[in-house]
Amino acid sequence: MSSLQGIRSLNELLSEKKQAILEKWFDSVLKTYPHDSAKFLKRQKDQFANPVGSTIYRGMGSLLDLIVNSADTDNIIKSLDEIIRIRAIQDFTPSHALAFVVELKRVVREEIKGETCASQLIDELPEFDRRVDGLLLLSFDIYMKCREKIYELKANELRNMTLKLVERANRIFEAKYRNVDLEDIISQGNKTERGE
Amino acid sequence: MAKFTAKPVDLLKINFKTPKTDWMDTPVNIREHMYCHPAKAKDLETVGFPNIHEWRPADDNWNLPEDWKEIVINGIKERLQKYRSFHVFMDICVRCGACADKCHFYLGTGDPKNMPVLRAELLRSVYRKYFTAGGKIFGKTAGARELTEDVLKELWYYFYQCTECRRCSVFCPYGIDTAEITMMARELTNLLGLQLGWIGGPVAACYMKGNHLGLEPHTIKSNIEMMLDDIETITGIRINPTFNRKGAEILFVTPSGDLFAMPGIYTCMGYLMLFHELGLDYTWSTYASEGGNFGFFTSNEMAKRLNYKIYAEAKRLGVKWILGGECGHMWRVLHQYMDTWNGPADFLEVPKSPITGTVFDNAKSTKMTHISEFTADLIKHGKLKLDKSRNDHLKVTFHDSCNTSRGMGLLEEPRYIIKNVCNHFYEMPENTIREKTFCCGSGTGLNASENMELRMRGGLPRANAVKYVRDQYGVNMLANICAIDRATLSASMDYWVPGVGVAGVSELVANALVMKGEKERTTDLRGEPLPGKEGAE
Amino acid sequence: MKILFPFFAVILLVLLAVVGVKGANLHFLFGVVVPYAAVFTFIIGVIYRVLKWAKSPVPFSIATTCGQQKTLPWIKQDKLENPSSTLHVIGRMALEVLLFRSLFRNLKGELKDSSRLIYGSDKWLWLAGIAFHYSFLIVLLRHIRLFAEPTPSYLHLLETFDGFLQIGIPRLFMTGVILLAAVTFLFLRRLYIPQVRYISLAADYFPLFLIIGIATTGILMRYFFKTDVVGVKELTMGLVSLSPVIPEGVGAIFYVHLLLVSTLFAYFPFSKLMHMGGVFLSPTRNLTANSREYRRINPWNYPVKVHTYEEYEEEFRDKMKMAEIPVEKE
Repeated sequence: MSSLQGIRSLNELLSEKKQAILEKWFDSVLKTYPHDSAKFLKRQKDQFANPVGSTIYRGMGSLLDLIVNSADTDNIIKSLDEIIRIRAIQDFTPSHALAFVVELKRVVREEIKGETCASQLIDELPEFDRRVDGLLLLSFDIYMKCREKIYELKANELRNMTLKLVERANRIFEAKYRNVDLEDIISQGNKTERGE
Repeated sequence: MAKFTAKPVDLLKINFKTPKTDWMDTPVNIREHMYCHPAKAKDLETVGFPNIHEWRPADDNWNLPEDWKEIVINGIKERLQKYRSFHVFMDICVRCGACADKCHFYLGTGDPKNMPVLRAELLRSVYRKYFTAGGKIFGKTAGARELTEDVLKELWYYFYQCTECRRCSVFCPYGIDTAEITMMARELTNLLGLQLGWIGGPVAACYMKGNHLGLEPHTIKSNIEMMLDDIETITGIRINPTFNRKGAEILFVTPSGDLFAMPGIYTCMGYLMLFHELGLDYTWSTYASEGGNFGFFTSNEMAKRLNYKIYAEAKRLGVKWILGGECGHMWRVLHQYMDTWNGPADFLEVPKSPITGTVFDNAKSTKMTHISEFTADLIKHGKLKLDKSRNDHLKVTFHDSCNTSRGMGLLEEPRYIIKNVCNHFYEMPENTIREKTFCCGSGTGLNASENMELRMRGGLPRANAVKYVRDQYGVNMLANICAIDRATLSASMDYWVPGVGVAGVSELVANALVMKGEKERTTDLRGEPLPGKEGAE
Repeated sequence: MKILFPFFAVILLVLLAVVGVKGANLHFLFGVVVPYAAVFTFIIGVIYRVLKWAKSPVPFSIATTCGQQKTLPWIKQDKLENPSSTLHVIGRMALEVLLFRSLFRNLKGELKDSSRLIYGSDKWLWLAGIAFHYSFLIVLLRHIRLFAEPTPSYLHLLETFDGFLQIGIPRLFMTGVILLAAVTFLFLRRLYIPQVRYISLAADYFPLFLIIGIATTGILMRYFFKTDVVGVKELTMGLVSLSPVIPEGVGAIFYVHLLLVSTLFAYFPFSKLMHMGGVFLSPTRNLTANSREYRRINPWNYPVKVHTYEEYEEEFRDKMKMAEIPVEKE
């Protein structure tokens, strides 16, 4: 709309340079992995042979689209979730796990540096930065959810294992051993435990 | 207060670990959430494991016995002489890399030492140093290295990040099987008392009480009785199974996880309902109440000691043959080891289905048949009345367990069953199923909770394929024939692919099974309303 | 280091042969002693290694099953991937040894247009492996010409086939070129693919450099330096008839070639090249998978301490009785 001849808005530029930005951004994430893992994550594009690399790459791609098109939060969360869910269980501190979001600012600035209309674009940068900051805040939520999930899983497994114990405690006597004296059973059990 | 000065770029760079160094020069970094706690001394004493001592993986000093190095070297020597597999696999790898990206742990962690070839090289380098001329003379140039405490820690760390799933061995041009190497490495760590709690505990429980969970006889019975109550609620039929009954035709053995853990108990209810409907003359045993074998993850000898109970109990009870439930490594052991260890089972008869008359010739020596073989045969002969629509609320995909696919070849039977009890069945992508199936990421005793991050990473390749069919076809149920899968894939799905449940194939069978004299069912085994019966209660 | 060390080792070998023959006139050493020693080491070494492997038993039936098992009669068994008879195993091994079946499996799924799943294959390694091994085999067979008088007729057939392109004089043998190309590919692959480079040892580069050297000197001799074939044959026939002679006029490059080949032979039994023998002994491939049908005997099977039913009942008798589970002793 606002673009006169030769002057493009930041959004237009981002769409145009999406691939270059994505590659750079992806590379910056790869750098957080050990050298040899990084090369593997980058080379192998197959979704099933390289779930980590391909998921992060895909997630970042759609995230870029969504930022440019000012998409709704739900979709953004979905894409962010794909990436963060993986990074939340890798060897990263929370700050390292999420640093990739802020990294987008640097990548975009680098990409627009050489543009003729850079000065106009710079005016639009604060708005872009605000969006990235929004992403970062959302990322905190998602990261926390993932970590909470991990602990929930641990708790759940324990619960799944002991659920039957509790149930039995409730039902054991009333069902089968209704006529047996509770005291007897307990004293029997104690004797056995003591090895008598 | 410290001033926060780090820029994002710096944050990214701090973690820029570039092992430009050779793998031998990259020391092991034992990370929390990636390993399991050590075993309790009391459990190891129960079965008489050697060199029991206090130690913690994160500590610098593991309190190893004085002669630990000698123990390991002699241990390697003994195993080279006992196992041709180990000996040949130590020598012939050409490091072509075909296995590298086939391991779920490598795919999920990106750690180069999780490539099967490198995992094996960790031990091979020690082998070369002490057992080959080249290694002795040329040392590092020949790929050999001294056995130090750090090397031992590295062996321990990475051989407890292998689930012996054998996927690498499918792709290796020489059939090198990392599972064989991992088994040997784990035997070596076991010699030094470096056992995991999650393995040591179940082993001791199984040895003394007959099953991994340590369920005592009366508990087993009352657990099953609770399931019978639930079955009665759902179907209106009261089932009366027998325990330790002499003279039964068949002994039924299943992993104890089915007796206790969710969602394994639904699978167990499935067995109970099926056998009742058939009027099968069978018995449970509280003594041989474990099909699985965590001893298999410690040493060959321990595995044999635990496995002993199955034939011993079959003989004591005087049954004709043995039927086995759904479990992965249990069937690796039953199919490839049991007969050799504790056979010959000449007191048993070749398994013969009393319903169809089919003789299971493929089990004519071991005399033990898989429930999927048994059920598939029933369905083929039209002996079961099935109402597939009762599973219409499920869109099912099937996960092949590592051991039943690559250590047995049980591929079509469960698929045939599923297709006959479910209307909606979708396969995951071809290179992630059958002999190329991905591990759940938690096998071989790694299904603890303290190593949840390791499990989630290892489970990612499998989950990723499930995600594909969930997004593509709306799949909401991951069927399988393994107790460890049922327990651990639930967590993996919950994290990676929420909305997908996990079920044993026998649970799906029982859902569809129309039983004589049953009341009109309104729910499935889990108490979820059946399609079209929502709000019926 | 991993690359440079073996590289310079091969260079050293080349120089050694040149200096030894040209400078020190050690024709007999390089033309007779070294080849005899190498072949001797090869034969003894390989036999020793194979016997050593064979001495370790195969206690368990641990075939890796890569297909449907033998089961109910109406389910089709995958006989080659899950063999239940010796015949099936022979088939499986033949596929493995002759066609590199497992490498061929190297499938790779790819997602096109983010929705269609396409199965491409990652068969370059397989192709290079096949090309390398078969061209090496044919090149070796062609060399029989140097050790047999008169030249067996099947060699003419082989040579006609190998040189069917009819380029140049002497005619270009394809296998020599393919061998060099394949071995170069295997080398570059080791360098280029990060994981493979990471796992590679000096012991992986050394045979590659040796073979590159052997193929290069061979090609140079045949097409460029036109080595005196009659002289060479005189030498080789002398070797094979155990009455060694050193003919005049055979160039130094032949001695380089011969030393590299001798090194390869002598190195063979001590190295990963033994995979040639090992593949036949690999228990995950050469066993039948019908382990429930026929019992495998473990030669070192020994009695173990077990927890008997009697001990179990002793511990739990009261609880069993209470739960109405039958017991042996009331």
